[in-house]
Amino acid sequence: MYGLVHRALQCFAQDIYGEELWLKVVDDAGLQLREYEAMLMYPDDQLESVLAALSTHLGRTVAQVSEDVGAYLVTHDRMEPVRRLLRFGGTTFEEFVLSLDDLHDRVKLALPDLDLPQLEVDVHSHTSFSVVLYTRQPGFGAVLLGILRAMGDDYGALVVLNLARATRDGKAAEWVTVELFEADFSSGRDFGLIAETGAS
Amino acid sequence: MNSAGAIDAPASYVPFDQDVLGALMPMHLHISPTGHIASVGPTLAKLRPNDDLVGQRLLEVFEIKRPLHVNHFSDLLEHESCLIRTRFRKGDRLGMKGLFVPLSAQPPLQPDRRGASDSDLVLRPTSERSAARSLQPSRGALINLSLGVNVVDAVQRYRLSGADFAPADPTVDMLYLIEAKSVALEESKRLNARLEGARVAAEVQAFTDTLTGLQNRRSMDALLHELEKSDQPFGLMHLDLDYFKQVNDTFGHGAGDYVLKHVSGVLQDETRAGDLVARVGGDEFVLVFRGCVDLAVLEGIAWRIISRLEQPVPYGDDVCRISASIGTTLSSFYAKPMADRMLQDADRALYSSKGKGRACHTVFDPADAQIVEE
Repeated sequence: MYGLVHRALQCFAQDIYGEELWLKVVDDAGLQLREYEAMLMYPDDQLESVLAALSTHLGRTVAQVSEDVGAYLVTHDRMEPVRRLLRFGGTTFEEFVLSLDDLHDRVKLALPDLDLPQLEVDVHSHTSFSVVLYTRQPGFGAVLLGILRAMGDDYGALVVLNLARATRDGKAAEWVTVELFEADFSSGRDFGLIAETGAS
Repeated sequence: MNSAGAIDAPASYVPFDQDVLGALMPMHLHISPTGHIASVGPTLAKLRPNDDLVGQRLLEVFEIKRPLHVNHFSDLLEHESCLIRTRFRKGDRLGMKGLFVPLSAQPPLQPDRRGASDSDLVLRPTSERSAARSLQPSRGALINLSLGVNVVDAVQRYRLSGADFAPADPTVDMLYLIEAKSVALEESKRLNARLEGARVAAEVQAFTDTLTGLQNRRSMDALLHELEKSDQPFGLMHLDLDYFKQVNDTFGHGAGDYVLKHVSGVLQDETRAGDLVARVGGDEFVLVFRGCVDLAVLEGIAWRIISRLEQPVPYGDDVCRISASIGTTLSSFYAKPMADRMLQDADRALYSSKGKGRACHTVFDPADAQIVEE
């Protein structure tokens, strides 16, 4: 997998908990490096080792850490490009959730080799959805949960989210149920189609 | 709906509610038979926030660049359905392009043959004139505009959002792609910069002796090779430490390393920044003086180096004593200076210094070489 994903974990550890913690994680996970390069490829199993080491050091479950990573991707300044690319999904939170169906293909358009898990959106009603995620290794569901929670705030929507796991059609699946209570609960954050560059 | 074969039949006239028209084509203009703007798509209206376009004459608001020579609305109608390039006459003169379709009659839809021929044909209103149609009264026209490549500029200036573009319009996806690709490109550029930095560092390391920080044999070879090709004169000194083995054997390698660092400091002190000082063996050094073939100067340097190296070097509680022997040769001794030959000659001079009882400097005598050669 692209170092983009590994590097996201690294930046999360550095930005939220500091360089010192990251170096401990590097040691525990037995990594031969201190920094990931976003555009180089690294083995997938390093993601699990890093997450496990983070979870040990922070005294939180892997799922909790993963959810924090998801929220970090949307809310931290260093990750602003991620938030912006997600906001291209739609002008309202509902549209955004529906756009997750296309996220996999959208990402492919930009980075053909970045193989993120495929998402599928089930619509139950105007305000109730499930985002289903099929993946070989469970764990992305928790990241998705964090992303959706933070994106709800970003759009200013009041949402209740839940993560569930089961087997569907013989495949392991995770899904996040989304209940949208109020689309305009708060003002949310601004989004312009073109990023502001330095001086306005 | 007509079957595929019946494209000659006139399509039926589909009346659109203004709001529906705006939702389908947020950048449309509906023009009345008199050439006045009857309605404006909501996004196009946003581009003139302080100006109500409805009721104004099309040609007073817009300059038509294509088709050419449009002075009256009737000129445009003459063209029937056509591609149009236009821009605002006043204010920010944003360029736009689109399709002009007269509503005088519903012309039969004809395949547009500009694209690839094997794919499904796109049906567009025909531009063929028919006698029957020209008799029908004009119902005005529709223009559907697009910002084309100016979209980035317009989005910023008028703070357009995703909702300002029709869902079928790939503009927002295009902006997404532009942004995603620039993020990826930025990352790649940063990676390239870091790799370039690492390459330069590796190159410096490859030419540096790790213990003393002096240049190494590879670096010396590169410089001599370069000097060989140029006509620049230079002096070459070969220096070998005396009694260094005793220091190593008596006080250990730590002391030896310490002495080597001390020596490298002295050599750097006694040479100019542009001269090369290389450690080419355990206790062997080569000095290259670019542009200097003045024997008096070089002899002065050699003797200064020797006298400084003879001064005892304290190491912990011990005192290390060494000295040095030097052999020198000049590029001006040779008709065609060759690096290997000069190194050999400097080495020969160095060994005569050793033979003279060490702590000596000897200049290679070209006369010796001739004897050898003969």
